[in-house]
Amino acid sequence: MDIIIASFIEEVIVPKFNYWIYVILMMIGLFAMITKNNLIKKLIGMAIFQTAIILLYVSVGVKSEANIPIISHHGHQEHVENAQDEKHSSKLEVSTDDKSDKSDHHAIDKDKFANPLPHVLMLTAIVVGVSTLGLALAISQKVHGSFGTLEEDEILDQLKPGGHD
Amino acid sequence: MTDHLPILLLLLPLFGSLICVLLGRNNAAHSWVVAMISLGGSALLSLLMLIKVLGLKSGDFRYRMGGWPESSSYEVGIELRVDVLACLIVLAVMIVGFLNTIYSKTRVSAEVGEKGSFFYALIQLLIVGLCGIIMTNDAFNLYVLIEITSLTSYALIAMGNRRAALSSFNYVIMGTIGASFYLLGVGYLYIKTGTLNIDDIHNYLRSENLWASQSIVVAFILIMLGVWTKMAFFPLHGWLPNAYSYAPSMTGTFMAPLMTKVMVYVMIRVMLWLFGSDFVYSTESIWSELIIWMSVVAIVAGSFLALARNDIKKMLTYLIIAEVGYMVGGAWLGNLNGQAGAFYHILSDAAMTFCLFIAASIVIIRTGESRLNAFDDLFRKMPITMIGFTIGGLSMIGLPPTCGFFSKWYLIKGGVETGQWEFVVALLFSSLINAVIFFKIFERAYFGKIKGIKEEVTVQDRDTIPAGGIKSVPLSMLIPLCVGSLSILIIGIMNKNIFSWITKALEMVNG
Amino acid sequence: MKFFGLLSVIIVGSLLLSATKDFPDWGDQDSPANEGPVSSFYIEKTEEKTKVPNMVTAVLADYRGYDTMFETVVIFIAGIGIIAVLRTYGNNDSTPKNQVGDEGAGLLAKITCSLILPFIQLFALYVVAHGHHSPGGGFQGGVMLGASYILLALAYGLARAKSCFSEKRTLVFAAVGIIIYVGWGVLCLIMGKEFLNYSALDSILPGGVEMARSHSMLAVEIGVALTVTAVMFSMFSNLSTKGRLDKGL
Repeated sequence: MDIIIASFIEEVIVPKFNYWIYVILMMIGLFAMITKNNLIKKLIGMAIFQTAIILLYVSVGVKSEANIPIISHHGHQEHVENAQDEKHSSKLEVSTDDKSDKSDHHAIDKDKFANPLPHVLMLTAIVVGVSTLGLALAISQKVHGSFGTLEEDEILDQLKPGGHD
Repeated sequence: MTDHLPILLLLLPLFGSLICVLLGRNNAAHSWVVAMISLGGSALLSLLMLIKVLGLKSGDFRYRMGGWPESSSYEVGIELRVDVLACLIVLAVMIVGFLNTIYSKTRVSAEVGEKGSFFYALIQLLIVGLCGIIMTNDAFNLYVLIEITSLTSYALIAMGNRRAALSSFNYVIMGTIGASFYLLGVGYLYIKTGTLNIDDIHNYLRSENLWASQSIVVAFILIMLGVWTKMAFFPLHGWLPNAYSYAPSMTGTFMAPLMTKVMVYVMIRVMLWLFGSDFVYSTESIWSELIIWMSVVAIVAGSFLALARNDIKKMLTYLIIAEVGYMVGGAWLGNLNGQAGAFYHILSDAAMTFCLFIAASIVIIRTGESRLNAFDDLFRKMPITMIGFTIGGLSMIGLPPTCGFFSKWYLIKGGVETGQWEFVVALLFSSLINAVIFFKIFERAYFGKIKGIKEEVTVQDRDTIPAGGIKSVPLSMLIPLCVGSLSILIIGIMNKNIFSWITKALEMVNG
Repeated sequence: MKFFGLLSVIIVGSLLLSATKDFPDWGDQDSPANEGPVSSFYIEKTEEKTKVPNMVTAVLADYRGYDTMFETVVIFIAGIGIIAVLRTYGNNDSTPKNQVGDEGAGLLAKITCSLILPFIQLFALYVVAHGHHSPGGGFQGGVMLGASYILLALAYGLARAKSCFSEKRTLVFAAVGIIIYVGWGVLCLIMGKEFLNYSALDSILPGGVEMARSHSMLAVEIGVALTVTAVMFSMFSNLSTKGRLDKGL
């Protein structure tokens, strides 16, 4: 039994642990959104939920042995890499019909840079999340202002006598 | 210049909303003028775009934002894609937006007070979002635009009374879950395909034959769940009735005809363009069977819930839920008639929901009652409003020559062709229930009070004169109603043309 | 409700996890997302085509600039949406009664704040302007700049912060930020290319097509920063006073 669990962890969870973490976080958020009684707690759940999606996307863009997607011309790290890249780039330049006027420009090894696209997408998702949260807080303040409470069951109790729902 | 039409018709309302904000509060009158100009201009531009697209041989044209890229095999930027279907729905959105702006003229000070200019800014941004959703060809851009429409509608609904704020909060929670599921689905597709452009994803799935892979199936389920939440498909409809009936009346008349319909368009686009009909209607899966049954349940449940309601707007919102069932079922029938019928129903449903909501709002405002007994004896007191309401109601029941008849006709034809008899029966049944609901109202309105029913009166925002009489309805409310009911008839009479445009565009994607 | 919630969470969670078995492993260099033509294009061609070393900035402000425009609009919507929902316009805005409790924090906080505020703002501007070469850009810088005004409001009271950043001014800033962004795109339209095709501005900006793209990115980032600054402060001031804008926390 222990061996089965150990091999499961080693073969299924460890290489893809990012997905497991995001799913667990997301489910915590979803659970809070569905079951919590307090409106603010629902919003906290919502924030966790959205953060989990951000984790998923960013983890997709990770490459082992890659750096941030910014090309640096001055870092001393780059000089060390340049020596290795020289052979790489000469090969690449033959294969690709690159413009010849880029003599100072050596080909970029794409394995050295993380994938920039998920970062951009998640910048958008973060902004959307912040906006939704801000607006939802404003709405819950309005609810609090007119009902005097943020507990969902108390609000529904107040609506019962006159309400027709 | 006509190449730039798609972006121009988005930019006009966007600038309009900025000007409204710059005008500042207490400036609703000027903001109204700005909104009228920007939406009217955009409506004209979308008409031009429709004419242009109808003249194109290829049937669609693309607009690359930023001019990227130079290579043609894959997209690195964002492109817009416009075909006849998109043009028709953009035109419908613009016309409803424009008419609704006319309607709001006299209501804006009563319903949102000093914040009129913010109201107009939000309405115009909502239209930008809806049109962007319809035209974009990028799966992630679609998410951003869905969030634009969601955020504006949360704010617009919450501008109402305290019930509106509460239902807006529920909408925030449900809407965020829906949009996040959509985002997750797109993320799963991105992980498997490495691109975000809808056509490129489709081509990659086809060339690598990824359709059997578990993650693509899960991505499809997630996107469908997200879109269904947003369009209030039956078990996920919880947020809609309260949100639309407690919102300020001019928000309700705008959002009820458009939001769910545009999401239905997104669903059809995801099904046919993003995943492709081979995958969606594959014979091994039981999905289409299952989802048609779900839509049957949605139609029946929506009709029954509407029948049980005594509140005019609540009743209409449940009818919307039944109508969403029509369109989902039609789209999943898997044949051309069903898809085209669902598409045609998007247009006709937008027209008739707009008509019914605006007539109901006028009735509620003028009689001061939100229950069905508001209609007592109204044919005599408010003849024009009631004629508009009658046309909308007849279209909902499905009598010729209204557009409701033809959309049901095509849907039923599609159902018969595939042998989905349960769907056909559900459509006929819901027509029957609609007939019961609306003839009950017509009877009241024609013969006056029906005795023996004691109803509690709830006043939302009374604009009546104390003596019990009814003030005359201003032209700014009657014109949109008349144009709306005329368009029901026009869409009905032009059904042959519109239907042939739709089928031509759908044949292209179905191959 | 608890049971129903738990059930749906378990169903959704297992659905999500069932898909991961054919996903690439953590850090996989050859996954479709990392190896695909789109990502390779961004990494290999960005510097050549736009002269911007920071690929994230280039993708954000140029390749997917249309997305970013709507992202700014989302922020703007949140700003005016909060005002539309929450703001109450009382006519007792400046009565002394409402000034009570708006003195801000203690002396120590005030002095600390006045010492570090200029540096925060300077750094925020640096982050906006240096987004081409280092992590940063309009959103990040805008949030910092907005936070500096929030700090001012926390230390000296909202009235003091409003005296430099009044409500009217926040709305103008928010709208002007988007006008800069969209206007820049319209400028490209007027010059005869597609919306947001910065290469059209080649003839009015110095330094060739690539530098035109690079400069244009800075311009739109400034627009973004203006909007974000204004909306951040507007959000804080409305949420902390329940829309009355009379006194701070």
